Amino acid sequence: MNAIPTLELGDVTRRFGEQTVLDSISLAIPPGSFTSLLGASGCGKSTTLRIMAGLDRPTAGAVRLEGQEVSALTAHERNIAMVFQSYALYPHLTVAQNIALPLTMKSLSAFGRLPLLGTLIPGTAAARKEIQTKVSAAAEMLGLSHLLDRKPGTLSGGQKQRVALGRALVRDPVLFLLDEPLSNLDARLRVQMRAELVALHRRTGKPFVYVTHDQAEAMAMSDQVIVMIKGSIAQAGTPRELYERPTSLAVAEFVGTHAINLITPQQGAGEILSSAARAILGVRPEHVVPAPHGSFIAKLRSVEYLGSEIVLTLCTEQGVELKSIAPGTFEPPLQGDSVRLSFDPTCTHLFHPETGARIGAPECRS
Amino acid sequence: MSFLTRSQRETLTDVWLTGPATLALLIFIFLPIMIVTILSFSDYQFGARDLSWVGWENYITLFTSAIGQRAIVNTLIYVAIVIPFSVVFALLVAIGLHRMLDWAPALSRILRTVYFLPVAATLVAMAVAWQMLLHPNLGLVNKVLSTLGSAPQNWLSDRGLVLYTLAAIGIWQSVGYNMVLFLAGLSAIPEDIYEAAEVDGAGGAWARFWTVTWPMLGPTTLFVLVVTATNAFRVFETVATLTRGGPAFASETLVYALYREGFVYFKAGYASAITVIFFAILLTLTLAQMRLVERRVHYR
Amino acid sequence: MISRSVSTLLLLAGATLILLPFLWMLSLSLKPQDEIFASTIALFPSRLEWGNYVKAFTETNIPLFLWNGFVVVAGILFFQLLFSIPCAFALAQRNFRLRTVVFGLVLAALLVPFHVTAIPIFLGLAAVNLLDSYAALILPFIPTAFGIFLFRQFFAQMPTELFDAARVDGLSETAVVWRIAFPLALPAATAFAIFSVTAHWNDLFWPLIATTSPEIATPPRGILYFRDQESGDDVGPLMAGAVIITAPLVLAFLFAQRKFLQGLAAGGLKG
Repeated sequence: MNAIPTLELGDVTRRFGEQTVLDSISLAIPPGSFTSLLGASGCGKSTTLRIMAGLDRPTAGAVRLEGQEVSALTAHERNIAMVFQSYALYPHLTVAQNIALPLTMKSLSAFGRLPLLGTLIPGTAAARKEIQTKVSAAAEMLGLSHLLDRKPGTLSGGQKQRVALGRALVRDPVLFLLDEPLSNLDARLRVQMRAELVALHRRTGKPFVYVTHDQAEAMAMSDQVIVMIKGSIAQAGTPRELYERPTSLAVAEFVGTHAINLITPQQGAGEILSSAARAILGVRPEHVVPAPHGSFIAKLRSVEYLGSEIVLTLCTEQGVELKSIAPGTFEPPLQGDSVRLSFDPTCTHLFHPETGARIGAPECRS
Repeated sequence: MSFLTRSQRETLTDVWLTGPATLALLIFIFLPIMIVTILSFSDYQFGARDLSWVGWENYITLFTSAIGQRAIVNTLIYVAIVIPFSVVFALLVAIGLHRMLDWAPALSRILRTVYFLPVAATLVAMAVAWQMLLHPNLGLVNKVLSTLGSAPQNWLSDRGLVLYTLAAIGIWQSVGYNMVLFLAGLSAIPEDIYEAAEVDGAGGAWARFWTVTWPMLGPTTLFVLVVTATNAFRVFETVATLTRGGPAFASETLVYALYREGFVYFKAGYASAITVIFFAILLTLTLAQMRLVERRVHYR
Repeated sequence: MISRSVSTLLLLAGATLILLPFLWMLSLSLKPQDEIFASTIALFPSRLEWGNYVKAFTETNIPLFLWNGFVVVAGILFFQLLFSIPCAFALAQRNFRLRTVVFGLVLAALLVPFHVTAIPIFLGLAAVNLLDSYAALILPFIPTAFGIFLFRQFFAQMPTELFDAARVDGLSETAVVWRIAFPLALPAATAFAIFSVTAHWNDLFWPLIATTSPEIATPPRGILYFRDQESGDDVGPLMAGAVIITAPLVLAFLFAQRKFLQGLAAGGLKG
């Protein structure tokens, strides 16, 4: 399927004075996709989102919404919904009014919006009724029906989050932008909301762009992850592509629940894997396992028992720290003992020692 | 779709939002300042067809003529009386009311309201009331004086007395405002500083005042002083209502002179010179305050 | 204990002095003619002479003065808010090239007392034939550096995300200002309104200069007309008039003390 992307950035650059925050970014958001912009704080992912929304302007480059160049349009002229990290609920309006505001702006004329006088404009009553119906439907979907008359100041964090989602959902936008929407929630609620967001995405069928610094969140929810590093796109692809075939050292370090093991040539990468003699060798901890006939030996430093798995911290003869993940049933030896380790050579990654770029290594097919 | 680029449209928005107010500031404040400065070097009269340039003559007249000097000297005397009395009374009242909060909060609040009343009241109407209070025959003040056996005074028509009478009304009017500022300053002093001072041996009320209250109130006091001074320099309502600068210019002040020369005698050029001097004094005061406050904040 | 009672006594004595003109004004406004001119001292009238108030309301222009005061004060406040709030919002929440220049102008204008601009404004209004009208009383006070400054400080503390959310929700900048920023700035607007209303209800300087007809006199200007017309025998109605003119603000102050103290204390920032 080669449909026109819902949103496209073409060579977008953003400078603030001397500082280049975005350096020639190009990306496409396909219809119906769930895209994450993943990166550490200050990598430019929020700026990218603000440029998509029309809240910020690119210094150079094109922004195309459904094939149309929209650089000239301000935020309020693009039909894009956005959920903010701080929720940004209007404190002076009730929950119902907060959710209704985008609809009010869209479907009522300037005169129709006036209090009292507005009721005299023909069609206003019907439009207001329709708004009310949509607001109650959105509230129902998010479980907010009993809170409609409350002011945001009296709501809990999770409730505020839902109101912010409701405000975005109610207006049928072409695209949803979410700026770290879960980062102000506690861990439990965060995991619960993840699932709800995915369900909402399915239900609307509209593309979501999700900004986060949490790789687990990005990997769990998205069908496209765009890793941003220092104002550039380091890699874009499916979560599996990112995990199995990181195009650079930086991406490999960013992705994965447990940090990847890296061994430089000086630390004896070549002794472990001959093809890595002049490259940085990367092996994920889950691919390094204790085995009686393992190809190399390391000393056991410490053990973290997590139930389903055991994380071993080891030290090679060259003094390189390694992590290994063994199944929960593994009986670890005493600390200080030597452990034989083995790994699947097809599950390794080789990176250029200077540039960090991926050097052709066999693809991991675990 | 629009023919303008995004940045042109944003600029238009900025102009739409800030333009009217900025234009109004330029037309009604900055342009007039330029004009009044230029006029001060002319002999322009309201309604006249033309004007000629007279150099510093208006300023020389203001500083050398008897009436001009009266206006300046009277204003300075007025300010010199109002500032210390208003500030000291306000401070005493504020300290008293602040301490009363501990044992009679309701009474303290009622008194605060009473002291503040003149600030909210229409000064011209109150001046008319003062006029009756100070009336030579019917006024309460003179009636009380004669009952006590002293001679009644012509409070508002005695050349030697009139300026002090006006200053008294000025004090009456400004004490409440300064008191509120001092009360705010006092409530910002943390209680534990007093306790620390007590431990250090500053136990008496007097010692407490000089070791804690007064130094902690420093910034407030400075602010109060400048606000009182700038307001006192602008004294106009009472003069216009009660004395019109008289008798024989004994209560002439700068702003009243500005009004009379400019809008009663229509001498716009001369009135402009008075305006410029008045502005220069107020500007110096405010800028001096800013410098002082800056330095204080700096050293903290 | 002794110091407490002494200080209470002194505070009460001071309060009495402060109240004296108010009491005397009330007392005279309720006294019959003969008691006003009696040589004895009496704070309380022997009987309440409401006729003074009736006369002030029916035989003088005082109702008209009150109406004029209301029109002028409301007009000034309306236009001040209309002009200063969008400007303050842009200064606090938008980035534009001349922002520092405009804000510099505002700060500089804070230092300028109205008296300084009176002569040129008078000349300008005369040139466009607007003297002696409501417009003459309202126009010069529309640019309020103090208002812009106050609102700018208020808006600057608000999170930008809130306004971004409104933009994304389809609000134009004008709609953001009036539908989001202004309602949120109501506390600041109340303080400013109290400051502005008090200042212009009580002002004598400009009405004395800009108007000559009693028909558009504001309350302070009007009561002077009243006083100067009477040859001194209508003290009762004159005092009733003074009470009537003072009453709106004093009553408002008594009912909303906290707001008044905030509003007028904020006004002290104005140079």
